[in-house]
Amino acid sequence: MDHPIVTVLIAMLGGAIRVSTPFMFVALGETLTEKSGRINLGLEGTLVLGAMVAYATSYLSGNPWLGVLAAGGAGVILGGLHGYICKLPKVNDIAVGIAFMSFGTGLAFFFGKPFIQPSAPHLDSIHLGDWTGNPALAQALEVNPLFFVGIGLAIAMAWALKNTKWGLIVRMAGDSAAAAKAMGVSVDLVRFLATAAGGFMAGIGGAFLSLYYPGIWNQGLSSGQGLMAVALVIFARWDPIRCIIAALLFGAAGAIGPSLQAIGITQGYYFFNAAPYILTLVIMILSAGSKGAAREAPGELSITK
Amino acid sequence: MTDSPGTNAGGSPSMAGRAPSLEARGMTKIFGPLVALDDVSIKVEAGSFHALLGENGAGKSTLVKCIMGFYSPDRGQVLLDGKEVTIKSPRDARAHGIGMVYQQFTLVPSLTGAENLVISRADAPGIIDWGKEKKALDAFMDEMPFRVPLDTQVSGLSAGEKQKLEILKLLYLDQRFMILDEPTSVLTPAEADEMLGHLGGMADRKEITVLMISHKFREVKAFCDHFTVLRRGKFTGAGDAKAVSIPEMSGMMIGDTTIRERASRKKGNARGEVLELAGLFAEDNDGMPAIKAVNLKVKAGEIVGIAGVSGNGQSALVETLSGQRPLSDGGIFIRGERFEPKRGHYDRFKVFGLPEEPLKNATVPKMSVAENLAFRSFDKPPVASLGWWMSPGPMREKAKELIAQYRVKTTSPDAPIETLSGGNVQRAVLARELSGDVDVLIVANPCFGLDFASVAEIRSQIMEQRNRGAAVLLVSEDLDEILELADRVAVMSGGTITYVSPIEDTDRNTIGQYMAGH
Repeated sequence: MDHPIVTVLIAMLGGAIRVSTPFMFVALGETLTEKSGRINLGLEGTLVLGAMVAYATSYLSGNPWLGVLAAGGAGVILGGLHGYICKLPKVNDIAVGIAFMSFGTGLAFFFGKPFIQPSAPHLDSIHLGDWTGNPALAQALEVNPLFFVGIGLAIAMAWALKNTKWGLIVRMAGDSAAAAKAMGVSVDLVRFLATAAGGFMAGIGGAFLSLYYPGIWNQGLSSGQGLMAVALVIFARWDPIRCIIAALLFGAAGAIGPSLQAIGITQGYYFFNAAPYILTLVIMILSAGSKGAAREAPGELSITK
Repeated sequence: MTDSPGTNAGGSPSMAGRAPSLEARGMTKIFGPLVALDDVSIKVEAGSFHALLGENGAGKSTLVKCIMGFYSPDRGQVLLDGKEVTIKSPRDARAHGIGMVYQQFTLVPSLTGAENLVISRADAPGIIDWGKEKKALDAFMDEMPFRVPLDTQVSGLSAGEKQKLEILKLLYLDQRFMILDEPTSVLTPAEADEMLGHLGGMADRKEITVLMISHKFREVKAFCDHFTVLRRGKFTGAGDAKAVSIPEMSGMMIGDTTIRERASRKKGNARGEVLELAGLFAEDNDGMPAIKAVNLKVKAGEIVGIAGVSGNGQSALVETLSGQRPLSDGGIFIRGERFEPKRGHYDRFKVFGLPEEPLKNATVPKMSVAENLAFRSFDKPPVASLGWWMSPGPMREKAKELIAQYRVKTTSPDAPIETLSGGNVQRAVLARELSGDVDVLIVANPCFGLDFASVAEIRSQIMEQRNRGAAVLLVSEDLDEILELADRVAVMSGGTITYVSPIEDTDRNTIGQYMAGH
């Protein structure tokens, strides 16, 4: 059990579970938004603002779960604003998204200054691996409840998109606005709600960052994870279950650098740390060329139209 | 009326005798300075199959949109089964059992047929029990005269199946007054006849009442019992479709406009081969084969018409010829030399074209008429010197000349071309493409959506080019156009050419069968 490769694999497993959670939430939120026919590139800003609001709320109230909820609330506000602005005539959702990316991070830095120093109560984890007697494995299997919430959310979303009226309406708005309007569905309202709900999920992803892993609040916390999660949605072809798989893959890639360092391989540390970013690039190139992905893209997205 | 749609879905006890009658009286709709609809009345009896005829812009769509509640008419009333009803929105129309099939489908492509049907119901359940819904849908389908696979995504259905599904949707929602907007434009003649036959049968049994917008006289004569004609927003006639002759109907449609004499066909005009398409292959945007092994030769002084139902690769073929889509295999040859769809070659081989949707495919909408007219000549004298220095003076002069010669109606040569009407954009493109010496002419659906006068004019221009000795490839979804113009007809089905014949050795039925893929 002490073989270096095993150590690396265990560390990557732990990394996949820990690092994947924010990806998961942001990607699920973006999937919902894009399924309704709109792109919200501003989720990076939502993620950072969510992290800051969660940290501050947890510090001030002493209850980290209240922080999670507050982060979701901040996400709803940002998402709702995005949704509202985009329904004004001749507004481009991508441009608004980029503005919201800066707006969210800026807001977080502005209000978050006083919370960089103090330490806020963290979310507890569930120890799933203590019975193994292997400390490395036990540590890897310390799982935050939000991880399971994310998986549950993905399953619920996949089910709801097929089996509920609201799921079908979201898909309808995303695939053929003309058809939705002909049926008396208010496409703008559907997209507004989907963007707000997507913001809620991204905000929770941010709470995970500041309240669990890495569990601090500072300005370099997200380092573009929100943006990568948006790329991940394309890779997952707008399927919530595939979002989970893709998020785990990104998480594992992110854990390569630290875990190699743990067994003493320091060469190329920065290179391996860049793995998720390289993965993003490669995925973008591959999926841009993939004609299958183009077929599954919601027909109303401004990038596919 | 609160008969909620959907409650009858899955098997109403009796469908017969439920067809409503509808009457619109004195409908008037004014858009700014334009009177789109001027005191028009129409009466559709219960269980009748009523045709609404008229040229483009005659007010047919305005009338049905007023009935459907998309527009609120400035004057006029709608009576359903003799009682006045107020319809303020499509939702109201739906509640009254009035439904419409639009030319553009309103099905959601990524949803399956079953999902499309269930979600269209106003009382669709929050959580859908697919087991139960499937059973109800099966029972509903058993009563229907035609069926459509409900478990495949709509994007995977053929145009005919989509059209049927649209009609099934109206029946599923219990909308017994149906307005159909040119429902057969995407169907093969056989599919069209089958569908119209079923609808006619249902109307005869008093299950439904149909109001069909059309301008295919053949269908109107074969299936409809009554008709109403509009021209320039006014009522110009109505009657029994079986009793009134086609010339009388078309007289009501076009009025006393004089139509330019058609250019007559010179006999024995064809000479040596000019254009050869040799084994052309191309892919569509999703990477699926769009055209497969297209082989065709066109002689000088001949029109070869490519017939086919929309979506069988004709657009892709025209796009490869006009350089908008790369060939994955095969080659285009002109007089034995390889032709690459590039500017230099268009010039050298004198290849010209009139693509479908010219505003989109052959012009830059926001640029002026003069600039658009100069696309072929802006890098040649007199417009350009040294090949790059452009002088706007000669360009405008040339444009004025062409505008006068081809009677393009525009406020000035400097107006953006998008401000012109469809027929005038078509004329402007034609002016540009035919102003030089033409060896090869590629034309796609040249008369789509144009009025009678423009149609006659454009067709005779094409015929003149043929008589002059150009090799003309005419791609058209309008079989009548091909029968009128072509010397030889080729049928395209499933992305390839399945049938070629001289026009005198074939007939509508044979062509129709090949169009349907048999």
